[in-house]
Amino acid sequence: MNRIAKILAGVIALSALTLAGPALAASHGKTKVGFIYVGPIGDHGWSYQHNQGRLAIEEAFGDKVETTYVENVSEGPDAERAIERLAREGFDMIFTTSFGFMNPTVKVAAKFPDIHFEHATGYKRADNVSTYSSRFYEGRYIIGQIAAKVSETGTAGYIASFPIPEVVRGINAFMLGAQSVDPDFKLKVVWVNTWFDPGKEADAAKALIDQGVDIITQHTDSPAPLQVAAERGIKGFGQASDMIRFAPEAQLTSIVDVWDAYYVSRVQAVMDGTWESTDTWGGLDADMVEMAAYTNLPDDVAAEAAVTQESIHSGAFHPFTGPIYKQDGSLLVGEGEIVDDGTLLGMNFYVKGVDGDLPQ
Amino acid sequence: MEMYEAIILTIITAATPLLLAACGELVAERAGVLNLGVEGMMIMGAVAAFAVAFSTGSPYLGIAAGIAAGAAASLPFAFLTISMVTNQVATGLALTILGLGLSGMIGDAYIGQPGVKLTPISIEGLSDLPYVGKILFSQDVIVYASVLLLLIVWFFLFKTRAGLSLRAVGDSHSSAHALGVSVRKVRYLAVIFGGACAGLAGAYLSLVYTPQWTEGMTAGRGWIAVVLVVFATWMPGRLLAGAYLFGAVLILQLHAQAAGVNIPSQFLSSLPYLATIIVLVLISRNRTLVKKNSPACLGKPFVPDV
Repeated sequence: MNRIAKILAGVIALSALTLAGPALAASHGKTKVGFIYVGPIGDHGWSYQHNQGRLAIEEAFGDKVETTYVENVSEGPDAERAIERLAREGFDMIFTTSFGFMNPTVKVAAKFPDIHFEHATGYKRADNVSTYSSRFYEGRYIIGQIAAKVSETGTAGYIASFPIPEVVRGINAFMLGAQSVDPDFKLKVVWVNTWFDPGKEADAAKALIDQGVDIITQHTDSPAPLQVAAERGIKGFGQASDMIRFAPEAQLTSIVDVWDAYYVSRVQAVMDGTWESTDTWGGLDADMVEMAAYTNLPDDVAAEAAVTQESIHSGAFHPFTGPIYKQDGSLLVGEGEIVDDGTLLGMNFYVKGVDGDLPQ
Repeated sequence: MEMYEAIILTIITAATPLLLAACGELVAERAGVLNLGVEGMMIMGAVAAFAVAFSTGSPYLGIAAGIAAGAAASLPFAFLTISMVTNQVATGLALTILGLGLSGMIGDAYIGQPGVKLTPISIEGLSDLPYVGKILFSQDVIVYASVLLLLIVWFFLFKTRAGLSLRAVGDSHSSAHALGVSVRKVRYLAVIFGGACAGLAGAYLSLVYTPQWTEGMTAGRGWIAVVLVVFATWMPGRLLAGAYLFGAVLILQLHAQAAGVNIPSQFLSSLPYLATIIVLVLISRNRTLVKKNSPACLGKPFVPDV
């Protein structure tokens, strides 16, 4: 079986390889900014939007900055190598843009106290590690409302990646939005345990549709589920970027991540020497979350969605406003109370009405 | 459509690219060449198929382009490992990395473009058969081709003289060489065939499975194909069973989740791999069978002593 062992070793070796590498000559006087992406920038979703942010930095500062990126970096030990490589190449600032890069980022940052690190969606900070994220759940509340209004079967399908607070919070926000319209709304959740695998995401969408859902939403990065929705004649929502081109007749709206302004302001802070370790969590109000055009919807539903969006934007309404019950029936917050950010950030339970057990 | 029909149709979709790529790899390995570049050739096929189908509007031209691109991608590998006698494992890995990178570059212009979907062909009369009609006789041309291809490969390997020569090259290249078989020529052809199959598998991804182009869309399927060949102990029949078993477990676990079966999803997600490993262990217990079928010269360089 030696040969088989060799083949398997080859397979493992490949999965341990980082697929792209930056090759940049050192330059003087420029602020060097590096990015680590979990997917390809061509995913047209999560990594794509971070790359738009990188391009915004180039546009804003022109030849005063030099940027680079490493894409397709898998979460875990590989990430540490990739981050450390950028650090050794003398980058002034490194953005690591996936939850799973948290520990590697903190670890590398400890070795390079003079480099400014920015980690997206994590919760561990240090003197030279800032964290930032967007309140995507605000958008998910809106699409939950829309789903409950347009669904005929009263059941939506949710393609989820990993059971981390970010994703669980999204599921809960979607459900709360849907329940505000139809208290008996049903949600089927399928975990695919990947951020990006178009084929598997499409398979999950097909399984959900075959099981009777007529709305598809996702917390994975490719447009494949939306495309399946279009093919099967049902509706769905885009993810991370406007995916209308993939499904002009199926996308109802999309939660769009907008990193441009944040990225530009952070690079500016490094240039000015005012950079500090901070924790930023902006939503619709900070223009870090935007909604793509409301399409393929009856006028009244689109108008109501816009009203919800405006009330969240203005701060008049918070999606996690009580009364909210957990799945086990216990009270989370009472009438009129709002779930605090700490609970939201560590959310590891479903709200009442979501079927199935949350994988732990 | 009945539920079981829907499930089986999805399983076929999931299994077909694995089957195609693994079928090509099986032939290459039977000739003694371990090509770990399947993932790279597959994605080259995917991007070429998408680009051509998008530009011409014809999915069939896309398929042709996918096959050609996969075969073309295998050429540098063949040249390096067969003519230049480089290490097959390292060269194969390089091919995968090259394919992933190059396809990203070529595909840049096609990101976010609407795809051209290959439509299924219903076979008149047969597709209306109860229970099995829709499943067996209402598929697209690539699905039919994948099963046919496997049959042809089986027939070729075990029922023809040329197939015997190919297996001889894989089992003992020195003996084959002594008997006057052109080891290099056979290996070149086997590798190119493997590339063409991987390219077709890629075309299936970007024209049928998910009719779009996104970077890295093969997402490791090339590796599963490589593993399936070992799983099948280099036998075409077992390859068919393996690919469909893998596809079935993959799809059924998604359905189990959607139906609300309370099993941890991490466990369900690992099931296809677990099932493969378990079957592999069971098969390996029969050592003579494994020994009989595994190409003895797999991965070994051939330098003819002149």
